[in-house]
Amino acid sequence: MAKVELHNLRKSFGSAEVLSDINLSIKDGEFLTLVGPSGCGKSTLIRIIAGLEPQTSGSISIDDQSIDHLRPHERRVAMVFQSYALYPHMSVFSNIALPLTMTALNLYERLPLIKLLSPRRRKIMKQIGEEVKAIAAQLQIEPLLGRKPAQLSGGQRQRVALGRAMVRHPAAFLMDEPLSNLDAKLRVHMRSELAELHQRLGSTFIYVTHDQVEAMTMSDRVAMMDAGKILQLGTPDELYARPANIKVAQFIGSPTINLLPARVGQDGQVELSGKPLPIRANLTEGSNITIGIRPEALQPEIVTHTLPHQASLPVHLRRSEHLGSEKILYFGVPDVEDLTVTSRVAASVPDASLKITNLAFDPSACHLFDGNGERIEVAAVASGRQSANIDKRFLPTGSHVS
Amino acid sequence: MNAQSYIASQAANQPSRINSAGRRFASLFITHAILLTGVAFILLPFIWMLITSIKPPDEVFNAQLRLWPKQFYGIENYTMALTSAPLLRFALNGLIVCGGILIVQLLVAIPCAYALAKLKFPGRNALFVLVLLGLCVPEQVPALPIYIGLAKVDLLNTYFAMMVPFFLSVFAIFLFRQFFRSFPDDIIHAARLDGMSEFEIVWRIVTPSAMPAIAAFAVFSFVAHWNDLYWPLIVISDVNLAPPPLGMMFFSDAEAGTNYGALTAAATILTAPLLIVFLFARRRFIEGITMTGVK
Repeated sequence: MAKVELHNLRKSFGSAEVLSDINLSIKDGEFLTLVGPSGCGKSTLIRIIAGLEPQTSGSISIDDQSIDHLRPHERRVAMVFQSYALYPHMSVFSNIALPLTMTALNLYERLPLIKLLSPRRRKIMKQIGEEVKAIAAQLQIEPLLGRKPAQLSGGQRQRVALGRAMVRHPAAFLMDEPLSNLDAKLRVHMRSELAELHQRLGSTFIYVTHDQVEAMTMSDRVAMMDAGKILQLGTPDELYARPANIKVAQFIGSPTINLLPARVGQDGQVELSGKPLPIRANLTEGSNITIGIRPEALQPEIVTHTLPHQASLPVHLRRSEHLGSEKILYFGVPDVEDLTVTSRVAASVPDASLKITNLAFDPSACHLFDGNGERIEVAAVASGRQSANIDKRFLPTGSHVS
Repeated sequence: MNAQSYIASQAANQPSRINSAGRRFASLFITHAILLTGVAFILLPFIWMLITSIKPPDEVFNAQLRLWPKQFYGIENYTMALTSAPLLRFALNGLIVCGGILIVQLLVAIPCAYALAKLKFPGRNALFVLVLLGLCVPEQVPALPIYIGLAKVDLLNTYFAMMVPFFLSVFAIFLFRQFFRSFPDDIIHAARLDGMSEFEIVWRIVTPSAMPAIAAFAVFSFVAHWNDLYWPLIVISDVNLAPPPLGMMFFSDAEAGTNYGALTAAATILTAPLLIVFLFARRRFIEGITMTGVK
């Protein structure tokens, strides 16, 4: 149980700055995910917390006590690696028991042959054996205790690595992309198992991933990182519904958010391909901005029957992908080459009706980003809002259309 | 494709298939012929030694080349070799010297190689360059100063004198460093998190995984020092301390004279331990060489 805090953490390799000024406070028992594209510094950050790499400046504390001067094993953190990092020549039992033997036995009791002279050792090893068995039972790997890591499948190795971390009863678990070496099906399964484990143990989890689905489904809070900075920290919902940055908007959500180039006209009126939209932004006339609209907020006319307060975008269908319960539609926009607009609709929407259509969207569902990619708040939605008259049959499950 | 044209194409294929099989056979035959010639050249001295060791003295110097002796004289030769020279003593000396050298070489080279491969410290690359340069120094160069040093501290004619110049093997450091570089960093990180010291990581985690490389190096080291005549010749004058090649020299001078039958019998007896060591380590030896890509 522990609260982990990072203060002004910096890390540079030579002149290249990998982490710049990271401030993060992780609550006791929280599941915090660091997510971001590869090379954004998230793995470096978790390694610094573990003490495997020194920070250039800044400090880390666990429960208000600085751990900067402590060596990795003194920090009360356990780490699970992407490659599992099991000791290849040791049995599963020895792998899980190792952290305990390292703390419980002294140097002589660990030396080959000489260890047999210690009377204390046998008793300690018996205790350790029981503890390892209890952990193995929790993870359902008891029958595997005698095997070597090479004889295990990916999922089993993953459990052994988890067991080795759990056996230490650490203050915080650090997980560095633990699921990315598993196949897709097993990954989904282990995702829920990890989430359950977190609930059961109640420990602090710091989890690194490049997979936004993992970040969204498992975490209490998500810190989205890019180029060594935290772009946004918040609940998965906040990151999805109110992305603070265009990069967050792009990274979170699948299919990816639609980004449409727009400009600010008179009185802050936002214009999309020359047509004014019923929203305003507090920016000077002529500024270039980007409008972000989630694929489920962008519905073909046949679904929404374009309401008066809604804006619309004329499009033609390029491609549609069936995903069973829903389908993803890819539209081309006239006058704007290379721009593909995505819409997520129920599978029941017939393709034939979509050849050439209008995509209707609620202006309040638009996210506006300025030239630097920062979020700008929609100042006002011009026309009065009416209750939407939406053909519910055609809506994808779980979509929010106001 | 209709049936007729299919048959036609099959017929056209037939000779080409025979051709390709023939060509494959021919290429296999040629490869094996070349390899067997090479094997014959390499094995010939060895086989000659074995045969001479069972020949009577008059047949050894016979102008007629004969593979198999007319008269089997093995028992006499081997008895002569075993009784007139302390062969087992020579073998034991060889074992002590080679074993001692190997153990110290491993004790020194493995931690060095680990540090050069996995630890970050200033001057690491410069040290590695020194190791590479060390590979280029022939053993004869420091022989004189080491000899004088050993004479000054009165250690000539000891096992230690035979072993000391070889305790630090730059070749071992180089070989293991290449091998350790491919060892996953994550496992080392995990070991640090589990509370292992760097020395424990070296001996308990990294070394067991380097067994192929260690076996390969052990064979190199053992063979080289078992067969070494140069250095023991310089520092040893006591027959009781002589390793195999030096012992053979003493033996041929004093006892056997020109009795080549007995001499080769002695050589056969002294080569046997090496052969046994190699046969045991063979698979790992080859693994180690192919995995590190050295030699």
